[in-house]
Amino acid sequence: MTENSTRAKALVNDFSMVVATVNGSGSQTSNLALVRALFRMGIPVSGKNLFPSNIQGLPTWYTIRASGDGHTARRESVEILVAMNVTTFTEDHAGISEGGACFYADHLPKPQARAGIVYYPMPIKDLVKEVSPPKDLKEYVANMAYVGIVSEMLGIDLEAVRGALMTHFHDREKPVELNMGMIRLAAEWAKQNLEKQDPYRVEADNKTKGKILIEGNTAGALGAIYGGVSFASWYPITPASSFADAVRQYLPQLRKENGKNTYAVIQAEDELSAIGMAIGAGWAGARSMTSTSGPGISLMAEFVGLAFFAEIPIVIWDVQRMGPSTGLPTRTSQGDVMFVRYLGHGDTKNVILLPGSVAECFEFGWRAFDVAERLQSPVFVLSDLDLGMNLWMSDPFDYPDEPMDRGKVLTAEQLEEIGEFARYRDVDGDGIAYRTLPGNEHPLAPWFVRGTGHNEHAEYSERPDDWERNMERLMRKADSARDLIPAPVLSGSGEARVGLIYYGSTESAVREACDRLTEQLELDTLRLRAVPFNSDVKQFIEDHEVLCVLEMNTDGQMHKLLQLEVPERATRLRSLTQNNGLPLTARWIAESLVDLVGG
Amino acid sequence: MATTVETRKAKVNDVGLAKADYKGGPSTLCAGCGHNSISSQIVNAAYELSIRPHEIIKLSGIGCSSKSPAYFLGKSHGFNSLHGRMPSVATGALVANRSLKGIGVSGDGDTASIGMGQFVHLVRRNLPMVYVIENNGVYGLTKGQFSATADHEQTLKYAGTNPFMPVDLCMEALTANCGFVARSFAGDPKQVTELIKAAFSFDGTAVLDIISPCVTFNDRDESTKSYSWGREHQDPLHDVTYVPRYEEIQVDYEPGETTIVRLHDGSALMLKKLDEEYDPTDRSAAIQLLDEARANQVLATGLIYFNSDQASLQDSEQMIKRPLSELTPDELRPSQESLQEVLEGFK
Repeated sequence: MTENSTRAKALVNDFSMVVATVNGSGSQTSNLALVRALFRMGIPVSGKNLFPSNIQGLPTWYTIRASGDGHTARRESVEILVAMNVTTFTEDHAGISEGGACFYADHLPKPQARAGIVYYPMPIKDLVKEVSPPKDLKEYVANMAYVGIVSEMLGIDLEAVRGALMTHFHDREKPVELNMGMIRLAAEWAKQNLEKQDPYRVEADNKTKGKILIEGNTAGALGAIYGGVSFASWYPITPASSFADAVRQYLPQLRKENGKNTYAVIQAEDELSAIGMAIGAGWAGARSMTSTSGPGISLMAEFVGLAFFAEIPIVIWDVQRMGPSTGLPTRTSQGDVMFVRYLGHGDTKNVILLPGSVAECFEFGWRAFDVAERLQSPVFVLSDLDLGMNLWMSDPFDYPDEPMDRGKVLTAEQLEEIGEFARYRDVDGDGIAYRTLPGNEHPLAPWFVRGTGHNEHAEYSERPDDWERNMERLMRKADSARDLIPAPVLSGSGEARVGLIYYGSTESAVREACDRLTEQLELDTLRLRAVPFNSDVKQFIEDHEVLCVLEMNTDGQMHKLLQLEVPERATRLRSLTQNNGLPLTARWIAESLVDLVGG
Repeated sequence: MATTVETRKAKVNDVGLAKADYKGGPSTLCAGCGHNSISSQIVNAAYELSIRPHEIIKLSGIGCSSKSPAYFLGKSHGFNSLHGRMPSVATGALVANRSLKGIGVSGDGDTASIGMGQFVHLVRRNLPMVYVIENNGVYGLTKGQFSATADHEQTLKYAGTNPFMPVDLCMEALTANCGFVARSFAGDPKQVTELIKAAFSFDGTAVLDIISPCVTFNDRDESTKSYSWGREHQDPLHDVTYVPRYEEIQVDYEPGETTIVRLHDGSALMLKKLDEEYDPTDRSAAIQLLDEARANQVLATGLIYFNSDQASLQDSEQMIKRPLSELTPDELRPSQESLQEVLEGFK
């Protein structure tokens, strides 16, 4: 291949790169440096970590997608491989797309070369020797060698790389310079020794100006903080731990009074205790939450039923991972929808918020408290591993544009004025009764929270009429929820034959799929942002001849919930699912849609 | 001349409340149940301490014992939670509002079986609250199964013979570094009241394991959880008297005869020596005492261990004194400028 022909076919700002390393080798810093450097060059980018449930030694893959068109979902093709792991090299190598490039550590035994792939050996060991870093940092620095070589060969600006490292190391010059030493040396080596033969390269653009690059868990944690979280309890679990980490990281700088905390974040002994604490705090008047994932939700079932029935506001942030059981702890899924909707024995119906982007993680982070306190009920926010733990580009988050809604809470003064109080009486007809908080000194204020049957005064009752009246009110309240939660997002002309319903982290892949399908299939889409559904959802189903519900679980859980909601149209709703641990891709969505509903 | 009408004024405490203001609903437990006696002592303790009912929250799990908060402190806010999970609910509530005093009532099933984990972690975190275990060695509501505190080789009509050694909840509290460990007997109401008063004044988790006989399922003479056994085998470590704060301790005692234990709020517990010397601040002695009491089949009651030097959970968390529920929206939601600053870090 001559230089001229390569240039003619240059593919700018459009590739997916996979960095294959060994878990625990410190490659995360290198990969983040590459992602952030591309971002700083104005190129839309996303970074996804495909990692094992392991501390050290197992293979891990980091995918970086650069997309001039702004598409940041996963895509199947791998144009560039950076091979640093001997155990997966053969398989990784076989996965490179036709015409792709293979950067590999030259001490690894190279598989038989494939025609059409460009190979770049990287003398990692020699380069490390030259820098001679402190022994304990050797592995980290070795990973910086590929940053330098890849940057040189793709045209990534080393100043952008430096800026990325400054962000990573919080402006500490010493580690940045240590790493930059390796990066510069490796880049220089590549310049002298490698000849550019593949078509992939980057050019500075202006498409990330003013934007931020953030993980959904951090975004959600910040949202909770700007929603006024004052109590958070949690138990470590992948992929939700980094949510609590972010809460603990940012609260100290934002919520102090005379040097003391105006909040508490408590690591519980298990998820049972985590939600128990959150409920205790919610009862006592704190903005209270817990964060967890599927197995934690399983343990929380009994307490969720109590909070639903005793009507205690709490927010439960569920970063979904693959189940059933321990499942795939480090892989993504939307498998908790059905479980969470009805979590609790007896007749429970829980409210679910469904963020579809990091911006919505932030928004629903604060909004969830308003909904929970307004409804006096548990509110689930279903994120997932892909949204929660991977880096997404976003406009900066909007500061909450609504005043805080603390719900129907009666003070001692108000009780004095009203002269009567019944904790579970439906005064306003919306199923939502008034509550008082512990510490309220008015003689009418105290009530006894109980999970047992109760009358309007929260007194124990086994009377059938008390039970029925209370359950009817709870169902009325569940209905009231429909208009208190985020409405779905509609797009398309509204005239299309086919309607696509989807939710959550599949947003980016669906948008890309719609772009791909413009010529082929006219689509209207509805992105659900909460359960229960409001009237827009019913209308959308009525307005479309062919309907498809897309999701990342095996059984089509949202599809089933929609069928229950609109039984008269149940047979019209088709289910489209993929659930293999990997985020959906636009290509799969587009092809599957065409297969399912015709082009 | 006007006629003087004599009205009998109800006796009131320092905050002007009568004892009736501390009562709850009528008990639905069996007549003679030890738990009813303990409920009365909780009423007495709160009344005598002059705590306003709204300043107390009462919590429980599930079981006979856990029903009892409905039968005392009717003007206090309360939470009847889940089986074995009261400690976590109490933790959330008392962290959210540390101006409240908490009293939790649990049973031996609720604490020593399903709730053992939460119990130990509550104590480990040192959440200020009174934690009462109404210990009768048996599951009453489900009709008489053995609990984890039942006697080794005890025989019950329903449950047969128990092959397992009992769990000693005072020992569990001690090993979890509890700073206030007491054992008492529902048949000794005075001691129960004094210990509860002291527990309310302690700024940490105060555990009271109170033998509270189940008259229906476990009150036969040979049971260590029966009234008769308790009366015959109770061996108080000391005579216990609670001395309210600000009141000078004026007692005539021989040096070495009485130990004064200072509580966080300035009050004190006066422990008058009975037969033998016992130092409740000696942890090893406490463990030895519990071992020997078991071996010798003695119901050793009183303040078994005391240590007021441990930080409360709220202090460990460096929290403000004010209840979190009183924070205004402006105090809860950081400023718009701060959000912009935080987001700069992600550019």
